[in-house]
Amino acid sequence: MARIELKDVVKRYGSVEVLRDIDLDIEDGEFIVLVGPSGCGKSTLLRMIAGLEPITSGDFLIDGERMNDVRPRDRDIAMVFQSYALYPHMDVARNMGFSMEIRKDPSNERTSRVKQAAETLGLTSLTERLPKALSGGQRQRVAMGRAIIRDPRAFLFDEPLSNLDASLRVEMRLEIARLHQKLGATMIYVTHDQVEALTLADRIVVLNGGDIQQVGSPLDLYERPANKFVAQFIGSPTMNIIPVQGKSNGVKLADGALLELPHLFGTIDAVELGIRPEHIDVVEVGDLVGVADVVEHLGSDTNLYLQVEGLGPLMVREHGNIPVQPGDRVGLRIQSENVHLFGPDGNALRCHTNEAAA
Amino acid sequence: MGRIADIRIRQVESKAVTPGQQTQVMPGSSRARRSLYWHYMVEPFLYLSPGIFLIGTVMMIPLIIGISYSFQSIELLNPFNTGWVGFENYQKLWSDRKFWLALENTFWWTFWSISFQFLLGLGLAMLLNTQFVGKKLFQALVFLPWAVPTFLSALTWAWLFNPVIGPLPHWMAALGILSEPYNIMGDPDLAMWGPIVANIWFGVPFFAITLLAALQSIPGELYEAAEIDGASPWQTFTKITLPFLAPMIAITVMLRTIWIANFADLIYVMTGGGPANSTQIVSSYIFTTAFRRLDFGYASAIAVALLGILLVYAVILLWLRKKLVKI
Amino acid sequence: MAIAQSRPLLAIGKYAALLGYLTFALFPLYWLLKIAITPDQLIFTEGTQLWPSSLTLDNFRTVLFQTDFLAYFGNSLYVSLGTAAATTLIAAGAGYAFSRFDFGGKRIIIAVMLITQMFPLLMIIAPIYKIVASLGMLNSLTSLIVVYTAFNIPFATFLMQSFFDGIPKDLEEAAMMDGCSRFQALRKVIFPLTLPGLGATLGFVFTAAWSELLFALMLISKNEAMTFPVGLLTFVSKFSVDWGQMMAAGVLALIPSCLFFIFIQRYLVQGLTSGAVKG
Repeated sequence: MARIELKDVVKRYGSVEVLRDIDLDIEDGEFIVLVGPSGCGKSTLLRMIAGLEPITSGDFLIDGERMNDVRPRDRDIAMVFQSYALYPHMDVARNMGFSMEIRKDPSNERTSRVKQAAETLGLTSLTERLPKALSGGQRQRVAMGRAIIRDPRAFLFDEPLSNLDASLRVEMRLEIARLHQKLGATMIYVTHDQVEALTLADRIVVLNGGDIQQVGSPLDLYERPANKFVAQFIGSPTMNIIPVQGKSNGVKLADGALLELPHLFGTIDAVELGIRPEHIDVVEVGDLVGVADVVEHLGSDTNLYLQVEGLGPLMVREHGNIPVQPGDRVGLRIQSENVHLFGPDGNALRCHTNEAAA
Repeated sequence: MGRIADIRIRQVESKAVTPGQQTQVMPGSSRARRSLYWHYMVEPFLYLSPGIFLIGTVMMIPLIIGISYSFQSIELLNPFNTGWVGFENYQKLWSDRKFWLALENTFWWTFWSISFQFLLGLGLAMLLNTQFVGKKLFQALVFLPWAVPTFLSALTWAWLFNPVIGPLPHWMAALGILSEPYNIMGDPDLAMWGPIVANIWFGVPFFAITLLAALQSIPGELYEAAEIDGASPWQTFTKITLPFLAPMIAITVMLRTIWIANFADLIYVMTGGGPANSTQIVSSYIFTTAFRRLDFGYASAIAVALLGILLVYAVILLWLRKKLVKI
Repeated sequence: MAIAQSRPLLAIGKYAALLGYLTFALFPLYWLLKIAITPDQLIFTEGTQLWPSSLTLDNFRTVLFQTDFLAYFGNSLYVSLGTAAATTLIAAGAGYAFSRFDFGGKRIIIAVMLITQMFPLLMIIAPIYKIVASLGMLNSLTSLIVVYTAFNIPFATFLMQSFFDGIPKDLEEAAMMDGCSRFQALRKVIFPLTLPGLGATLGFVFTAAWSELLFALMLISKNEAMTFPVGLLTFVSKFSVDWGQMMAAGVLALIPSCLFFIFIQRYLVQGLTSGAVKG
């Protein structure tokens, strides 16, 4: 079990800075998800924690002990790779028991631990197979088995589900969640899939361009994104961003209409308004009128892609099945309590009155 | 070894101390730091060093010595005539008719060898890129000449061209190419074709293999798309296959040219450069001068000249490639 | 492809071409074998017949038991195997370093290795002779092994690198997470996976060393230290009339190359394209 701290960690390749001043405290037993677009440095950060990449500067501590220069083998951390990295020439049992083999643990203990892990993961009938004779999901299980067998201080996952098809991915996601509940170990999980991030994480770390954008619980990020990047990155479908002009009692939309936001203050600085598709209602007469461009009927929801005069494209998600056809004119109402406002620097304006009161 | 490591620790420690703010650094971290340094900077050289050492001592140092030889007189048969002679060897080379002849021969030897090897290799590669029964066996047999030791290829072809035991002169006479069955390697006008044919035989598999690999990397969809667009086989070849192969062809031909220009084994075994130096190429001339006449100074001067010519060739080619291949 | 099936003329042309290539490739070797098994008295009378009227293995018997060829053969085997083993070992290390590490001077070292593949090796034949002579190593098979090893390292390194590149880096990292040192990861995970690559490299280097002639000619002059090419060539220039025996010796020289060729066939593409310049 481990508490992991990163203090001012920097990673440079030559003169290129890929990670800047990363500060992060990970509590013992916490499930942390690192998420961000490709190239944001999330995998590099994970590999630095694993010890596979040297840390350029800053401190990396496990349980208060500085580990920057400790070799991967001595960090007592297990990692599940995106490619699973199963040893092709070893059968499932040996793959799982390899770390104990290296540590020269007694072989009867090894056998029983392998057996136990195989049972946990439903691999009992496959222990004598080579990886090439396994399906994608089975390989993924073996990779996890290899990690859990040695009861490490922390688990690292590097996009472990990205090579699986959609239904398996859901299944394995649940499996990982169950595993975390059962083991209660510290887990750090890298993904670019926000659904995985939102469903698995205790806390999510959003990275972009080598900087941490925001750290928080899934709901935190969804409800109170710190900036435009997080706002657009978290949540699906993506949040609509509308240019506005800040006024004292609300914001003025580009078509000239004033959206009153009486419960907010400091709206004067706003230059953009963010509103999630699910926070716009379709009404008879609303703040805006849009013309439906494309309508997607998903059964549980209906997605409307609209053109709003003077504002441009807008996406709306409505619960249930609503009878809108492409070309129809639709009245829209923005739920003012769910509006996000962004200043000229892209940062969210923290101006909810109720929040200020609390 | 230990001392070097010690010095390194001290350097690292002094570096770590100067900022004076890293109070959190654990005891023993300098040791760990050394291991990190070791891992990322020194370790690759551990794996590389035997190779670097051998290449350095057996190839690079002799290369430098060889260049210095070209400014000396070193004749093993004439040990008293040894010492620095400046550019004397090069002056001799400039007025050496045999050298200029060898240079001309090198050109034709390389030109004809590479042309036929390339064309026949391309043909073979295209054949192997189609489907037919027994392809695997065919491929194994047709590539076999590549595995034949060069001295044996040379001897085999020398024997084939020998009218006493070889059929080729008789066949050529029957076809009217030769007036009577004689050994073409005794005829100064034709002798070069002996080694060239042997070289083609030996070199076609190489081109076929590399071009086949390139051919197989062309996505099949392209051909299907071309077929749907109504392209004829010839159009497909010139519009898709050739442009795709072009970069590969350019680099292979360039490297192969250099290799063949240096390739003296066949000529040395088959004709020894004769008759009347009509098959002497520069590299075989280097070998005969060093091996038969034991004149190392002069041999090295020829070698340096050849190196210079090849360098100029490579630079021109690289420049041309840059100009022509826009990708 | 579809073209060949739809047009009979093209199909005929294709099979004619296949036959042509096959004949061109195999006829010289066939002829070598034919003369080797033709009885001496028939060589001249039936010189150009495609098949002799009677066969004999006398030539092989004579070559094997009444000449030094067995000794030459043994020398060549020793040199080629020694070279192949040493080269493969050293090249595996270097190829691994190129494949897995980024370090200062990497580009320069690769460039130097490429250049050694291009400059005329004969250029250094005189200095090599002098160095070897001053070390008192003339007529020593060990000196041949050292020289051949150095010549083959660059090519073998690029070949090994291509094999290592084919093994995902993740595997080693997984092994290191599992508690291996890098060397342990190399031994337990990478080495077993690269065995085919090591075999192919052995085969390529063996083939190259087996056929090297000019440096062996220069460095070896004593009969008992001669390699096969040198011995055969000396034999040819001394007894240039004993055709049957020479060709029988040639057939014998062909055997190890052919064996290794069958062995490395699968890797030809990789071998010839990774070195790019090796014949």
